[in-house]
Amino acid sequence: MARFLIRRVLQGVLVLILMSFTVFAIFFLGPGPQFVARALAGKSAPPAVIQQVSKQLYLDKPWYQAYWHYIDGIFHGSLGTDYYNHVPVTTTIREALPITLSLVVGASVIWLIIGLATGILSAVRTRSLMDRFFTTQALLFYSMPTFVLGLLFIWILYYTLTTHNVPIFPAPGTYTAFSSDPLSWAHDMILPWFTIALVSAATYTRLTRGSMLDVFGEDYIRTARSKGMSERRVILRHNLRSSLTPVVTQFGLDVGVLVGGAVITETVFSLPGLGYTAVRAIYSQDLPVIMGIVLVASTAVVVANMVVDIFYAVLDPRVRIH
Amino acid sequence: MTYDIQAVGESQDAAEPTDVTAAVAQKQIEGKSPWVLALRRLRRDRAAMICLGVIILIVACAVGAPIFAEITGHGNMQQFPNIGRDAAGQPVGPNGTFWLGTDTLGRDLLVRIAYGARISLFVGVVATAVTVVGGTIIGLAAGYFGGAVDSILARFMDWLLAVPFLLFAISLFSVAVVHPIFGIIGPGLPIVIIVLGFFGWASVGRLVRGQVLSIKEKEYIEAARALGAGPWRIMLVDILPNLLAPLIVYSTLLIPATIVGEATLSFLGVGVQPPTADWGQMISDASTIFLYGPWWYLLFPSIALLITTLAFNIFGDGVRDAFDPRGDLYV
Repeated sequence: MARFLIRRVLQGVLVLILMSFTVFAIFFLGPGPQFVARALAGKSAPPAVIQQVSKQLYLDKPWYQAYWHYIDGIFHGSLGTDYYNHVPVTTTIREALPITLSLVVGASVIWLIIGLATGILSAVRTRSLMDRFFTTQALLFYSMPTFVLGLLFIWILYYTLTTHNVPIFPAPGTYTAFSSDPLSWAHDMILPWFTIALVSAATYTRLTRGSMLDVFGEDYIRTARSKGMSERRVILRHNLRSSLTPVVTQFGLDVGVLVGGAVITETVFSLPGLGYTAVRAIYSQDLPVIMGIVLVASTAVVVANMVVDIFYAVLDPRVRIH
Repeated sequence: MTYDIQAVGESQDAAEPTDVTAAVAQKQIEGKSPWVLALRRLRRDRAAMICLGVIILIVACAVGAPIFAEITGHGNMQQFPNIGRDAAGQPVGPNGTFWLGTDTLGRDLLVRIAYGARISLFVGVVATAVTVVGGTIIGLAAGYFGGAVDSILARFMDWLLAVPFLLFAISLFSVAVVHPIFGIIGPGLPIVIIVLGFFGWASVGRLVRGQVLSIKEKEYIEAARALGAGPWRIMLVDILPNLLAPLIVYSTLLIPATIVGEATLSFLGVGVQPPTADWGQMISDASTIFLYGPWWYLLFPSIALLITTLAFNIFGDGVRDAFDPRGDLYV
């Protein structure tokens, strides 16, 4: 286990280095030497500011010195300066992060519950009306682009209901911090949560159903049944446990997808989280902000993947060998 | 393979009843390749066949987009500031002149949706092709050579699968707007295809790698090696044909995912740029105004996109069931 841990963490660090270099290459090398400073300084920066930016970020030095300076800055807790709004990028990110976190955590809980529940019910009652309903809805949501679902929610559940004097759901863009009022927080988040959750749960419905049907064909299920074990116990104890393996793997991979889902959903619902901030920063050509957000989000994904892998290894000893 | 006697007998009945038994006996020993069987299974799948019809219809709309322009008399970029917009300058709803209404600039939505199908299908097919070819080559190499090559490539694929690619797309776009990245990659279609291809091949690579790992232990691979075949010959001639079925299945399911990816990039404003007609971009444009009345502007492009992805997904499911009835491939 210790060896597995060390190897996995080292891999994670390697990936992070790769990630930081990719981001550096896109922003510092991508535009070409004569354009970098102007790109990072922002749309309306006067020549003097561009000069200063160039000096500050070591852009007049060889690329490896600039890269090192950039990495050094990260280790000192600096992600650069938002030259457009004249604030450190870390400040911008610190304001946006709680919103994205709220979105991601709530959505993933709902999506796992929906995906697993519908998948299990479908597998237990194969070919029933319920199974057919769940598989069809899974196919529908699986094909549904996140932004289309989000806009439909706004249109039907917010707009139409509100104009018919049934104001159940808040207007898009409403956000209450969890610390100030957990109930309004959940209430404001419910549409964005379900937008991500329904689209993503579809994969899990299909995955859980398929995986459980496979396990039902195994000998040990027959053995358990022939011993007179109750069907509930067979399903929960013997089948579900091994069926969950591919689901956990998928969830580990999907953390990155989740961040992507958050970008779209935040944009649709005008929630000023990381994704929306990044999209907004395109219009003001606020490149340091985008760079910081990409770095923070990818780091979060790498770390989350690492945690899932380690958790997985604790659950299933076979994983540690490979 | 004897279950076909009935069908053969029937077709003979319709023709002149000559030596039926001889024809049946001859048919009976004729083996059917897995491909023929798979295609037959696919043809019997009614849902898949209906969706194939829908896909053909969408392709026809894309190819025949100028016909829509011809019939309505509205070009896809043509603006109608007077009849295409109401007194307040807002889009007009579906009517006799504009069957599906107009957009914010007073352009015919029907014509633009037909033109939008071109981008969706083009990117869906091209980016999927890039993804599948790239993933196959790298997956073959990783699985066949093993060792350090495999470790590095497998790690790289893991990383790519975990990357929040939308944020990278936003990064690439924001830089490319200032100046083409490395002097060549400008905003628009190139970024869309690069982003979808680059972040997509890893899933194909992983699938191919897994298959190669098991195939390369088979006896006939050893036989090929004993005959003096080089690694590239073994990979391309002996291993690759075994991968065709899973690759076909995977590609069919990848196309709708790619179409959604393209629409998403355009929705976020980092994909195909105006004034080119594109579904994702229309929906993005509509999202800011549809609550003030022009619901058709949101509804029709969304329906077009949803029908397309749904048809491809159901057809893809059919292809998978046809090529892999036992469900061994896990794609």
